[in-house]
Amino acid sequence: MDILNAVVAILNFVVIPAAAYGAQLALGALGVTLIYGILRFSNFAHGDTMAFGTAVTILATWGLQALGITLGPLPTALLALPIGIAATAVMALATDRAVYRFYRAQKAKPIIFVMASVGVMFLMNGLTRLLIGVDQQNFADGERFIINVRDFREMTGLKEGLALKTTQGLTIVIAVIVVWALFRFLNRTKSGKAMRAYSDNEDLALLSGIDPEKVVRMTWIIAAALATIAGTLYGLDKAFKPFNYFQILLPIFAAAIVGGLGNPVGAIAGGFLVAFSEVAVTYPWLKIAGYIFPDWQPGGLLQLLGTEYKFAVSFVILIVVLLFRPTGLFRGKSV
Amino acid sequence: MSTNRQAASASVWRAPVLFAILATLFILEGTVRNGMFSGSWNTSLAMLNMGLISAVTALGVNMQWGYAGLFNVGVVGFLALGGLAPVLISTQPVEGAWEAGVPRVLIALAMAVGTLALAAQLRKRLPKWRGLAVTAVLIAGFIVYRWLFDPAVTAIESNNPARHGNIGGLGLPVLLSWAVGGVFAAAAAWAVGKVALGLRSDYLAIATLGIGEIIVAVLKNEDWLARGVKNVTTIPRPVPFEIELQRNPEFLELANSWGMAASTASGIWVKLCYMLLFLVVLLSIILLAELALKSPWGRMMRAIRDNETAAEAMGKDVTARHLQVFILGSAVIGIAGAMMITLDGLMAPVGYNPLRYTFLIWVMVIVGGSGNNWGAVLGAVLIWFLWIKAEIWGPQLIALLTSPMPDGNLKAHLLDSAAHMRFIAMGLVLLLVLRFAPRGLVPEK
Repeated sequence: MDILNAVVAILNFVVIPAAAYGAQLALGALGVTLIYGILRFSNFAHGDTMAFGTAVTILATWGLQALGITLGPLPTALLALPIGIAATAVMALATDRAVYRFYRAQKAKPIIFVMASVGVMFLMNGLTRLLIGVDQQNFADGERFIINVRDFREMTGLKEGLALKTTQGLTIVIAVIVVWALFRFLNRTKSGKAMRAYSDNEDLALLSGIDPEKVVRMTWIIAAALATIAGTLYGLDKAFKPFNYFQILLPIFAAAIVGGLGNPVGAIAGGFLVAFSEVAVTYPWLKIAGYIFPDWQPGGLLQLLGTEYKFAVSFVILIVVLLFRPTGLFRGKSV
Repeated sequence: MSTNRQAASASVWRAPVLFAILATLFILEGTVRNGMFSGSWNTSLAMLNMGLISAVTALGVNMQWGYAGLFNVGVVGFLALGGLAPVLISTQPVEGAWEAGVPRVLIALAMAVGTLALAAQLRKRLPKWRGLAVTAVLIAGFIVYRWLFDPAVTAIESNNPARHGNIGGLGLPVLLSWAVGGVFAAAAAWAVGKVALGLRSDYLAIATLGIGEIIVAVLKNEDWLARGVKNVTTIPRPVPFEIELQRNPEFLELANSWGMAASTASGIWVKLCYMLLFLVVLLSIILLAELALKSPWGRMMRAIRDNETAAEAMGKDVTARHLQVFILGSAVIGIAGAMMITLDGLMAPVGYNPLRYTFLIWVMVIVGGSGNNWGAVLGAVLIWFLWIKAEIWGPQLIALLTSPMPDGNLKAHLLDSAAHMRFIAMGLVLLLVLRFAPRGLVPEK
């Protein structure tokens, strides 16, 4: 019985939150990895693109709510998501046109692109603040739980409860659908194949008549969509605060690099690896140890690191992986 | 960037004229009172002082980027680490902290460093079973470290937590702590450089971004060290307090002869003292940097930056030189961090926001002219001026733009959030400079 309690506790406090967080990171890292694969630079503005997309989605959600349109048990934000994606895609295409295209034509060094992306980051950050302010916004509505603690306890008779929030369930389901659609697009459609060809070998792709500007446009639209979806899911699951999206950049980069920059499968694996390590390292294991070894009385909480050091975990994983496999676990690119 | 021809066309008068314009801005700020300027010398000098500290930071970044092409995005971390020095060096010792567990903390930290060194050595030396041995050493080291460290921290933090709860300082002069701040940052840079400098540019950027975040997280959360978010407020000053000056009859006479109120005059006097101190630091760093650049060492650094492969073929040790300049640049950033905490008289880790302390510094270096020390200084003071002024000019611009609009929620919202205009302004400045003057206002010669 105690083993069962321990399993439920692990599911509740580690597996479910880490899976949801990992899915959000994976979607973010996919965007970063796509930009790196096609445009060949690390996009520092990705976190703020997520924030911008989410802010538009929130405004649209409020608009829909004001019109009395809701999705019943599901959050209204899902209905607003396409509006957010469209706005972010337009924004991404506009920045590409105004900023990055010039450097592409010049064949500037990747580091110049990175710096330009810092400028874009400032702009996006300012725009998001202008749009929605700096305060925390809650925009989740609908049903809060798929399974709540009390029902679970009554159902199973266990001491330990299990909660599955709607947002966590949704995150995982949506992430699976998005990833499936993305891989289908990349592997099956002509445009997707063109993107992969361009990413693998630019010159060869140009020779075979692939229009590079079209590939770039497609990349920005997909990256904008991924960023908006990831940002909205993160905002629904935790809470929306523009500055958090800047901070989430580090685990997202870590995930993309650990997996191998430019490699979509790697981005997903990296996202989950980072998320599970973050949660596992900062979770106090005392309760679970109590179930498994009822007679053992350890001195502390059995927490490897304080929760405040979540970012440190992603960074340590990053360094360790880079030391042993400089291009990531799944053999990414190095320009 | 070296392919740009802009430098050839730049006139020798360019830098002096730009500096004169900058000086005019500060004089206007001090003398003219209207919607644009405050007309207060106190405000003007306060801005200038922070601008000078930013200039020192920008010089450090410029050493790393302009001389060596290293993209360090962890500036905020090195600044914060430098800021730790005034707390640990110059605040008064905390009674009972030593007995509570300072030795044990020091032993624990030494143990941690020893473990890492042992693991690194094992990894280098062992022919077989490397991974296993290194992992075992690290895990064992971590357990011993926590066993030593945790009780000591608990004891220190429960030692008079309302007033102290940290290990306190050594009570040494605050000016000494500026140098120590540089040493702290240099030590961290050595550690970071050892693991991260083998990485390519983008990877290095992300690695330093992580380091910056971690250092700030440590300062926020390790209460035993610098009280964390409870802040340290008792940092001594190298200059007199305004209130002391106002009680000093000689100073009152001086203020009278200036024709100023004692409160205004004392504020200006204190700020002038700080300005002198900062100028001494700034100019000495520039002098040393210029001398270094004109030496064979400087030529080698630029050769490495412009063509790593060729420099390596000439027998230059690129990784070692990169590590060296990374440490030097970070040390300068650390000094700036210590100066900043001394000026504020306050250590508040929550304030270390990377947008302000990493990316804004980068805007300064790029706008000023990467690779040129005077350019970095000009860019730093100018951008700092604009950053402060954007908060005042932005809302006025928005008010002007929205004046034809009917009153309503949208107008109110726009007016409310106009303060965020500064981010948009900084982004635009950076993008415009990168595009139209990629070598900055005062390009490298």
